[in-house]
Amino acid sequence: MSVTTTGRHERRASGRGNAARTAVHGLGELLITAGLVLLLFVAYQLVWTNFEAHRAQDSVADQIRDSWQRPPGQAGGDDGTAKGPRAADFGQGFAFLRIPRLGEDYAVPVLEGVGLDVLARGVGHYPETAMPGRVGNFAVAGHRATHGEPFAYLDRVRPGDVVVAETRRTWFTYVVDRTRIVQPTDTWVIDPVPGKPAAEPTERLLTLTTCNPRWASTERLIVFAHLQSRRPKSDGPPPELVREV
Amino acid sequence: MYAWIWRHLPGPLVVRLLLALALAAGVVLMLFTTVFPWAEQSLPFLDVTVDE
Repeated sequence: MSVTTTGRHERRASGRGNAARTAVHGLGELLITAGLVLLLFVAYQLVWTNFEAHRAQDSVADQIRDSWQRPPGQAGGDDGTAKGPRAADFGQGFAFLRIPRLGEDYAVPVLEGVGLDVLARGVGHYPETAMPGRVGNFAVAGHRATHGEPFAYLDRVRPGDVVVAETRRTWFTYVVDRTRIVQPTDTWVIDPVPGKPAAEPTERLLTLTTCNPRWASTERLIVFAHLQSRRPKSDGPPPELVREV
Repeated sequence: MYAWIWRHLPGPLVVRLLLALALAAGVVLMLFTTVFPWAEQSLPFLDVTVDE
């Protein structure tokens, strides 16, 4: 008892000891705060970005469906023909990508552009590459982790799987040829004829790109596909999308 | 730091508690809307495109 009392007296007497105490106390609070902020950042990444991205995807999906209700010409460059959209304004949604392997109800909006602001609302169409259903390479990028992570499980896609692009008037069914892992600088994968930069395209191709490994992104995971069939929207969804009982 | 803030909050205990909560909420909001979106740009797994 008396020892404690003496100690307290001594501490009060020493200004330097007091300052040191305050400093250590402040440092402790700072470290705890930093830890809390880091935890919050993890929560932001793993929960909040997905929550926000799914909300944004729903809103883009509504916009696309609304635009399909309006007369052609007002629909973000979609001329309303069965050939599919000719062009889309930057940041505009113009199609849905459906990949049955990733879920029966899997339908993610495709927007024009591949910036982070666009990719936070769906998957992004590389500008300058072909539009869905057209000759050339319809190239699309999507997040593999956080921000809705539409391509989180793209590694499950196998050759022979279908990827359907739903446009205003037409379903375009692509069949996966192969998947590859490439370097981030391998831009040849989105060439009109992948790997042949000078070649004139004759085929209608699809390329999907995302990061690999999922949480590191030192490489890119690529899915190559080609157009197998076209089907008017009025005929209902293609058989590949209809659940087999 | 926290003790200093607490000492400078005005009013009775309930008001101080509410003010402290509001302050914390404001900080979290600022983190989520400004700081985190800026910080995450340096995270590798947001790079999903091929480019030069």
